[in-house]
Amino acid sequence: METITKIVVRFGGVSLLPVAVALIAFVLIGAPSSWVTLTVAGLAMGMMIFLMASGLSLVFGLMDVMNFGHSAFISFGAFIAASVLAGLSGWLGSELIILNIAALFLAFTAAILFGMVAGWFFEAVIIKPVYKDHLRQILITMGALIVAEQMILAIWGGTPMTVPRPHFLEGSFLIGDVAIEVYRVFAFLLGLAVYLALYLTLNRTRIGLLIRAGVENREMVEALGFRIDRLFIGVFMLGSALAAMGGAMWAGYETLITPALGGEMMIVVFIVVIIGGLGSIEGTLLGAILVGLMANYVGYLAPKLALTSNMILMMAILLWRPNGLKPAVK
Amino acid sequence: MSILSLKTMKTNIGQYAVLHDVTLEVSQGGVFVLLGRNGAGKTTTLRSIMGLWKPSAGSIHFRGQDISEMHTADIARLGISFVPEDMGIFGGLTVEENLILATAKGTFDKARLARIYELFPALEIFWTKQAWSLSGGQKQMLSVARAIIEPRELILVDEPTKGLAPAIIDAMADAFREIAQSTTILLVEQNFEFAKSLGRDMAVIDDGRIAHSGSMADFAADKALQDRLLSLSA
Repeated sequence: METITKIVVRFGGVSLLPVAVALIAFVLIGAPSSWVTLTVAGLAMGMMIFLMASGLSLVFGLMDVMNFGHSAFISFGAFIAASVLAGLSGWLGSELIILNIAALFLAFTAAILFGMVAGWFFEAVIIKPVYKDHLRQILITMGALIVAEQMILAIWGGTPMTVPRPHFLEGSFLIGDVAIEVYRVFAFLLGLAVYLALYLTLNRTRIGLLIRAGVENREMVEALGFRIDRLFIGVFMLGSALAAMGGAMWAGYETLITPALGGEMMIVVFIVVIIGGLGSIEGTLLGAILVGLMANYVGYLAPKLALTSNMILMMAILLWRPNGLKPAVK
Repeated sequence: MSILSLKTMKTNIGQYAVLHDVTLEVSQGGVFVLLGRNGAGKTTTLRSIMGLWKPSAGSIHFRGQDISEMHTADIARLGISFVPEDMGIFGGLTVEENLILATAKGTFDKARLARIYELFPALEIFWTKQAWSLSGGQKQMLSVARAIIEPRELILVDEPTKGLAPAIIDAMADAFREIAQSTTILLVEQNFEFAKSLGRDMAVIDDGRIAHSGSMADFAADKALQDRLLSLSA
């Protein structure tokens, strides 16, 4: 048993969990083409959840802030991107791929900029007065979430909004007898690029070093001469921008969004942050991919269990590793 | 000449008054030892100086400048470093990353790094290892090395021998002796033999008040005073 454990650890340890889940699903599903489709869908979903959750994980880990209002950035990101895309529908339908890309770029930029500015405002006005007070953090951020949802209702109305997709991201391509949606591949690649950028920032820059140290021991970072409160603002803005970007991606994936989108995603985002380990970007990615795969496999194999599958996954992981799969603090 | 001066400092933690009246003068150079029983207020004194717990009354002057209302980071930038009781190392970071974080520009001064390797050879061996994998003594070495990787004027050290093996304690004493040749050390310690071997000046804190201060040589020679203030014979 010890030898098996050593071999598993040597080849990646807990990082192999998604591979194990995928292999078990392969056996249970039986049909390879269905399995590939579900796996691609799970990976794409996982990457979009990663975008939404990574900021929350850093905010949780570095600032010890329980921000239940995080999903407001997801919702606003989705609606702002959808509005920009709707306004540029002429560009989206164009055969010119450059116009497609320009429309998508503007939609994402608008969502990200909104996330940054709103994040700065949210941290300064709502979070700052309640640092170190979890109960008040929960109450005030949940209150802010309700206000944000009502604002979305007031601005965009309660009717579900259709989200147009750029022409070049429509449709599927075939590999053998497996149809793979272009948007899913795009979501996966964009999520991967954001992960790599975050990973390099955290592991190869001085700011990243400060964030990693701050997640472990904020007091000691200050005792070394750094104003961590200023770093908090930057991290909060980054986290909010990533959530808005995740919301924008999700809007394009679902193509029909409602003001409740953020609230619905929030449960999944919290599950990912908890099972990944607070403040850990690698853990968040691992958790998000696990959740994405589980949601798709269970949705296919036992649809009635789809909603509870991730809750069961979270409970199982917390019983096994109470600090999450890859906790930032050793 | 005094480098650090505390005048009638009072500190509360939550609703509890921990320091009632702390008045201290730490002169420049050498090791100043703050002794006292468990819960007497030693750690609170160091944390108050560092700005981690703000004093509710009194003043703290460092080189004549009042630092009692200053932010911890600004206090550190004046040239004060802190080695906390729990060592405060970043377990997920490597030895190198722990040290580079304590440098102002993110680069090492080669001469200082060489001095650190001399004082603590284990750190060079485990340079690329994550700090959580070090032994207790190596973690303490890292914590002290981090405090001296840049030139500092005052180092606050909280119980550095706690839980360490005798051989490591000896090595630590040698390191502090060398560091104290160029920097002032304010050392909080319960291990009286260790403190006695290093200290030039000393004070005893009891129930949040300075009960005695003077030279370590005089205090070490007065058994009755030691017994009364530290209950060493108990």
